Amino acid sequence: MLMPEMSEETEGERVAISARGSLLQVLREDGTLDPDKNPDIEDLDLLRAFRQMVETRFLDERLTRLQRQGRIGFHVGCLGEEAAIIGSALALQTEDWIFPCYREFGAALLRGMPYQSFIDNLYGNANDTAKGRQMPDHYTCRDAHWVSISSPVGTQINQATGFAWASKLKGETAVTLVYFGDGATSSNDFHSGLNFAGVFKAPVVFLCRNNGWAISVPYESQTASPTIAHKGQAYGVHAVRVDGNDLFAVYRAVRDAADRARAGHGPTLVEALTYRMGGHSTSDDPGAYRDAHELEPWQQRDPVERVRHYLMDHDMWTAADDAALDAELEKRFLAAVEAAENTPQPEVDTMFDDVYEKLPWHLREQREQVRRGRRPFKGGG
Amino acid sequence: MVQALNDALRDEMKRDQRIVLLGEDIGTVGGVFRVTKGLHEEFGENRVMDTPLSEGGIIGCAIGMALNGLVPVAEIQFSDFIFPAYDQIVNELAKFRYRSGGDFVTNMVVRTPVGGGIRGGHYHSQHPEAPFIHMAGLKVVCPSNPYDAKGMLKAAIRDPDPVVFLEPKRVYRAAKGDVPDGDYIVPLEKASIVRAGKSVTVVAYGAMLYEALDAATRAEEHGVDCEVIDLRTLWPLDLETIVASVKHTGRLVVVHEAPRTCGLAAEIVTLITEKAFYYLQAAPVRVTGFDTPFPYALEMEYLPLSHRILPAVLDTVRASP
Ligand SMILES: Cc1ncc(C[n+]2csc(CCOP(=O)(O)OP(=O)(O)O)c2C)c(N)n1
Ligand SMILES: [Mg+2]
Repeated sequence: MLMPEMSEETEGERVAISARGSLLQVLREDGTLDPDKNPDIEDLDLLRAFRQMVETRFLDERLTRLQRQGRIGFHVGCLGEEAAIIGSALALQTEDWIFPCYREFGAALLRGMPYQSFIDNLYGNANDTAKGRQMPDHYTCRDAHWVSISSPVGTQINQATGFAWASKLKGETAVTLVYFGDGATSSNDFHSGLNFAGVFKAPVVFLCRNNGWAISVPYESQTASPTIAHKGQAYGVHAVRVDGNDLFAVYRAVRDAADRARAGHGPTLVEALTYRMGGHSTSDDPGAYRDAHELEPWQQRDPVERVRHYLMDHDMWTAADDAALDAELEKRFLAAVEAAENTPQPEVDTMFDDVYEKLPWHLREQREQVRRGRRPFKGGG
Repeated sequence: MVQALNDALRDEMKRDQRIVLLGEDIGTVGGVFRVTKGLHEEFGENRVMDTPLSEGGIIGCAIGMALNGLVPVAEIQFSDFIFPAYDQIVNELAKFRYRSGGDFVTNMVVRTPVGGGIRGGHYHSQHPEAPFIHMAGLKVVCPSNPYDAKGMLKAAIRDPDPVVFLEPKRVYRAAKGDVPDGDYIVPLEKASIVRAGKSVTVVAYGAMLYEALDAATRAEEHGVDCEVIDLRTLWPLDLETIVASVKHTGRLVVVHEAPRTCGLAAEIVTLITEKAFYYLQAAPVRVTGFDTPFPYALEMEYLPLSHRILPAVLDTVRASP
């Protein structure tokens, strides 16, 4: 079994799982939208989202290549998960906040993180907003209401609850959305995050990208819970399950969840059912633990192709548009990579900044040591 | 000291609406040590929040609140229970400013009672400053008396960096001292010389300060004149004050109740050997808790009380190069 099936829900469950346990789907197999569930995304927004999906896929391919060429150290992509990532971000308002996991650069770009800033982060150069202090894909962008990314799995979940709880205490209407994977639902912070959000009715949307895998560990070995949505029930957190490869469904679920939160009805757990089509990251080879045949049914549900077909059917997109977009993406990418590669490393002195607001004596001393003794040769092999 | 801390919280909460308290049992009952007594009543449940029982949840949520512009003062009921939140404290709280290149900061305080001598056994007696000092990015403080407790808690709340505020519970009720009403600050990162002397420098903090002072009084009978320093801020520590003192006395004893190996005393002794080696007339000495779990029945044997500090002081003074 690739994906868990929804088990029968028992009578008297306090928290409804959407559509009585079935997946929320809007973009149907035949390429039409379910009129009862259509969220009516504006044409301009839909095109913006589609372009971002295409660009995200383009970047995954090109950044993987850069990594293979040894030009960047690492990349963690989202092949197959573009609808879950872009659709959710599209459904938020500008005032809303995102606590990211590590796979959602497409959402950050959609929300206005400068493109060059993303590429600079991959190089950890002097222009990187994180000042070259973290590995690639750990960017930060306050202007886009995008919180700094952490590697330890799950830690952002209860932080998002606290952030949302603070919005509520301050009487503000901003909603907080937090991304995480299926593996993260086993972490301590997932449980405290949902529990606190349930108790304090924090205006937070928990977006679980259930992509079936946590590196090499499949869903079935991660949890005995029939669905991730069930875990919301335990905490009194409203839970919905959506086709995570359906841009319209993800948008619909997140927009509804954000509306509920804004109206003071508390948190929602959105389980977006999708599939990690690539390796965990550039450091991973999924051939070692999964059969390539498993990908086949998911190729039929490719989230980017589904939207492209819809747009073409509705005369909103043509093959000529594809060609023009490809050229645009290529041009932007090459320029940004060139700029990033021509930007020097951060100055050594900056290693000691931002540990505290002001530099204490011990760090001043350590900085002096570094200044005195430049490395006579390049160490580290 | 409990009242002084309570005063500090009340004053600060009146001064700054962004300050919120969260922790287990801190609401109606005012915390198991009553440090937050009356605050729930006075400021309401949106400023003083009883949380579910999850230290990781408390700190994780507090970090989120701090990122959203509030100034949380989180209470961990006993420092022995802080470890479920250790990841959030050392990997998240301590690192936000650095890892985001200054894009996101977390101005908040984690308050927690520390130390033994209250018949609490292993799980109500530990004094875990070292693991927080070691993980870059935190300030760690430990006042020894009510006056400092009030002034330092105010300073910690106003400090732009995250502060782990250790409260020595053995002196929660015992330590007397005049606490003025109203606003005053005891600056962080400044030690205090509580007894001037010329024979030997004794560095201590928290509850052990009183043991060091007792040993100093007894040492007087042996003609030994101790200079006793209350460290107050454990990190970044006031090295200047210690170095100046050792240059003057030529001898150093460091006291703490946490276990010896990789403890703060090891760091202080190393720093003094680096900075004042040629002024030393005897090897520096550590008087600390042992490298055992904190024992229940034998806690008074475990703690570095004055009966263990005095011989260390006298030996140091008798030693000659
Ligand atoms: C606390 C912690 N443990 C282990 C890891 C190593 N690790 C990184 S990602 C990952 C799997 C996460 O899977 P999931 O939550 O499903 O997210 P996905 O990668 O599928 O998006 C693991 C084990 C980590 N980063 N943090
Ligand atoms: Mg996963």
